[in-house]
Formats: sequence, structure tokens, C-alpha cells
Amino acid sequence: MSAFTATVTVRLETGVRDPEADTTQQALERLGFELQSLRSADQFEIDLDAADAEAARDRANAMAERLLANPTIHDYSVAVQSR
Amino acid sequence: MTVAIVRFGGSNCDRDAARALGAMDIDHEIVWHEDGLPADTTAVMLPGGFSYGDYLRAGAMAARAPIMETIRARAEDGVPVLGICNGAQIGCEAGLTPGAFTTNESARFQCEHVHVRVENADTRWTRAYETGEVLELPIAHADGRFEITQSELRHLEAEDRILFRYSTPDGTVTNEANPNGSTDNVAGILGENEGVAVLMPHPERAALADIGSTDGRVILAGLRQATVAP
Repeated sequence: MSAFTATVTVRLETGVRDPEADTTQQALERLGFELQSLRSADQFEIDLDAADAEAARDRANAMAERLLANPTIHDYSVAVQSR
Repeated sequence: MTVAIVRFGGSNCDRDAARALGAMDIDHEIVWHEDGLPADTTAVMLPGGFSYGDYLRAGAMAARAPIMETIRARAEDGVPVLGICNGAQIGCEAGLTPGAFTTNESARFQCEHVHVRVENADTRWTRAYETGEVLELPIAHADGRFEITQSELRHLEAEDRILFRYSTPDGTVTNEANPNGSTDNVAGILGENEGVAVLMPHPERAALADIGSTDGRVILAGLRQATVAP
């Protein structure tokens, strides 16, 4: 077994409105910053032991499918690094 | 018969629901989710609140509690299940109903009275109404914006599973009458069978004449008649 960190990033799918991001963008603009758009995302860093990176990725994918993301509104991506 | 009002950590409308059902002489019992459904359960109510602090997403944690597997199985057997507010979020997260309830378009918590139009009067929850009739019910939520893919929405419409839409008092569906940015003004939907319903407005807060409106009683009465023996 090897030690990995799987980083799961959960984003709203393109086209799903994100009122929190809109509000954050407006606050930045009120502070005088220039920006074109802003997207928010949730990121989970998961330390786990697995036989290899592929097994770690599979498990992190399963975690995203079962709980971390909601397929109705979210896309997610998984990156795996040795720890 | 007993309506099981399922309490999770952070449920806070369970007692409102119990009081409303009590006033309607409907047998009920508040059930801690870890204790499972009572043997004589004939209907299930998922009450409002902020289960598990809305961590991750509203309803996400409660939806994965073991009791939800039991509730899913009983729902398939025809036991009525009503999810209200956080209970609706739990119902969608658990896959009892399609779609998701997420952040209000205003990004704010909203507590106000709204009007909803009955879209399907041929259900146990709406049978005292005609399609097109309007109810006045309170809402109290930050995550009530109904999101669903266009293909799933068309599927729901084709199967007549949209129960309520936010509307004006005279029953017109407009953007102005939509309090939270819900897709197509959808306020409540049905599951695979009409025994399963979820909605964001609170019928249990509109069930006692003393507090203004009893429009919610008919919806709650849908818990009364079981279609299967316990």
C-alpha cells in the first residue's frame, strides 16, 4: 500500500446559476477590483492508502459519486498525488 | 396507523409537524432516525430544519442515513412519503425525487408567504383541490431554488409529476411570483409514484387557524390514508 492525497474539486455545471459567486464578484467590484467573471468550487483533500494511484483515484471517484458531488448540478474532477 | 415524523440532528420543524397532525387527529410519532421506522408506520414525513447544519449541501448528510434506505423501500411499496423544506432537500438528495434544491437566486434566507398553484389535483396531496387552484403557504429557506436538467424536467412534465408552481394570487406563473429562482417556478414535485411528494413551502405552518391559514391541511391529509397495510 502507498500513501496518496486525492484532491476532489466539485464545481457547478456550466449553466447552473451561482448566486454566491455573483455576490462575491459584486463585493470584489465594490472594492475596486476589475474582473470579468468568477466561479466558486468546493475542494476536498483526501488522504488515503491504496495499492496504486489508479486505485486511489477510483476510490476518490466513488466518494464524489456517492456524496461529495450532486450529479444534477455538479461536475467534479479528481487529482491524485503521492503523499 | 402512525405517521412517522423522522427527526435528524438539526431537524426543527418536527414539533410543528406533530402539532399540525395532532390538530387534524392524525396519529403520529416523532422518530429519531437511528431508531428506524415504527412497525405500524403507514406514512412518513421528512420535516424541515437544518439537518447536520446543511454541511456539504442542504440535506446531503441526512439523505445518506440508513433510515433513508428503509424509507425508499417503503415508498416503493406505496407508503406515502412527504418531504417539506429540508425534508424536500433530503428527498432529492436521496433520489426519492429528481432534481436538486440549491441556493436561492437572491443568495439570502427568505421567510415570507407565497402562493402556489396546484398543477396536478389527481394526487393524494391535492385531491381536495382543482388543478389551477392557488394556496397560500409560508416559505423559510436559503436553498429552495429547484434545479433540474431540461430532459428530466420534460420527463416530469410528461408524467404530470409537477405538483405545485409558484404563482401570483390569481394563479399566473410569473418571474415576479418566483421567490427563489426555481426552474419553471417549480415548488413541489412527485416521485416515481404519487405517494412520494416533496415541496419547499411549509403546509404544517399553515394548518392552524390561530396562525393565519389552514391551506396546508389538505396536503397533510395526504398522509392519512395508507394505500398499503403497515
